[in-house]
Amino acid sequence: MNGFQYISGVVSLTVDEAKCVGCRMCVNVCPQGVFVIENRKAKIHRRDDCMECGACAKNCLTSAITVQCGIGCARALIRSVVFGTEPTCDCSGDSAA
Amino acid sequence: MEAASTQPNKCCCRKPQAATADYAGPCQPVSDPAVWSLPWVVGRIPTPVGDVPIVSTTLTWRDRLGAWKVRWAIGRMSFRVPPGLYAVGSPDENSPILATANYKLSFDQLRSQLAGRNAWVLVLDTKGVNVWCAAAKGTFSTDELVRRTQATGLAKIVSHDVLIAPQLGAVGVSAGEARTRSGFRVLFGPVRATDVPQFLDDGFKSPSMHLVRFALKDRVTLVPVELVQWARKASVASAALAILASFGREGCSWEGFVSSGLPSGLLMLFAVLSAVLFGATLLPWLPGRAFSCKGAWLGACIAVAFVAAVAWGSVGRFTPLEIAGWCIAFPVIASYVLMDFTGVTPYTSVSGVRWEVRRALPLQIAGIAVAAILWLLGRFVA
Ligand code: SF4
Ligand code: SF4
Repeated sequence: MNGFQYISGVVSLTVDEAKCVGCRMCVNVCPQGVFVIENRKAKIHRRDDCMECGACAKNCLTSAITVQCGIGCARALIRSVVFGTEPTCDCSGDSAA
Repeated sequence: MEAASTQPNKCCCRKPQAATADYAGPCQPVSDPAVWSLPWVVGRIPTPVGDVPIVSTTLTWRDRLGAWKVRWAIGRMSFRVPPGLYAVGSPDENSPILATANYKLSFDQLRSQLAGRNAWVLVLDTKGVNVWCAAAKGTFSTDELVRRTQATGLAKIVSHDVLIAPQLGAVGVSAGEARTRSGFRVLFGPVRATDVPQFLDDGFKSPSMHLVRFALKDRVTLVPVELVQWARKASVASAALAILASFGREGCSWEGFVSSGLPSGLLMLFAVLSAVLFGATLLPWLPGRAFSCKGAWLGACIAVAFVAAVAWGSVGRFTPLEIAGWCIAFPVIASYVLMDFTGVTPYTSVSGVRWEVRRALPLQIAGIAVAAILWLLGRFVA
């Protein structure tokens, strides 16, 4: 995302090309411009930009996409380790939209 | 788009089946009667299922004051819009439907972009949380969307079946599932409300409407609320440190408090708040990809400034060991504060955060321990 890049080589996103029907839904919903369509198949174009939000997997009609989605928040992660609970997002931040 | 089809036994494969009845109660555009006395409701428009409140598209000083209070974390929990259906202008059965969260800022941003238009606004019950956080939390969801379309009787009000949702809602809403269950086709519109007018005019998203941004302006907006949150935590730590630092080898004294307790406490507060302020604004320019690494660099700069100030003689008297302790503490504190920022930035992945926390947290704990030992030695032994 325009100059912002987080840690590279750790993202859990995969696309099963055999299942993909090239419907472009993933391109439409991804807020990071991760996908491009080539030869009617979704290609991961900018893997390191993926923020694992899960929008693509949720909206892929053929379940071609898998991603281990969750909240990229250190506080949630540390809390979940300390208290032995699931990471929860009690963020009240205020991003666009 | 009636639930009851005229040809019950026929179902074209492209057409959704009759909506499953998730919602049993009577249809009502907005169930909360308090809506009619809200200051931004300017009228009512009759529909087959009842009157729909018309909302103003200009934000008043009161709306802006409310937004300002939210940014400074004053009473933000009460900043909600009653969920339901609202009207902008004088919409009819062909007017577009826009879905949003019942976080008042999201709603205000949307309605202020709709000036001079006729549209329906469907406010989902996201417990007063913005679209993205709500989608991640599961309140801006397929379930809620289906339930809200049914509860408001939306299908009886419009003759089309297109519902425009903010793109970031896609994290929680599956368009395919929403269509089979509610009969509405969910179209993911632009990420930002400011792009909505152009989207409505052109009928398609330009590439830039797809992407989240995290420009300087967005980051600066975050500063107040983060400052308030961190100031609360830091003031506790600062007070504790100030009391501890008031003890000298001769025990606790007022002189000790003035000469070292107070400066130490203030330094602590300064370390945290400067990390929040500079961290948020300078984020993309700080070196490294990991936030903890960016923070460490920032803290190093703060440490340099601190040493310079001590050399200048402007921040009280410290022993060399104490100074060394602070020089380690600054990067550690800034590193932790910035690592916490991963929760409010729109580009950090869970895998990345896990990678980072696993490596940085042990170092931070070790660092703060070393800093504390140096500081104690400097105060009580040397
Ligand atoms: S949403 Fe799924 S099927 Fe459609 S293009 Fe993307 S990966 Fe392929
Ligand atoms: S998880 Fe989110 S950021 Fe990653 S590719 Fe899917 S939609 Fe894009």
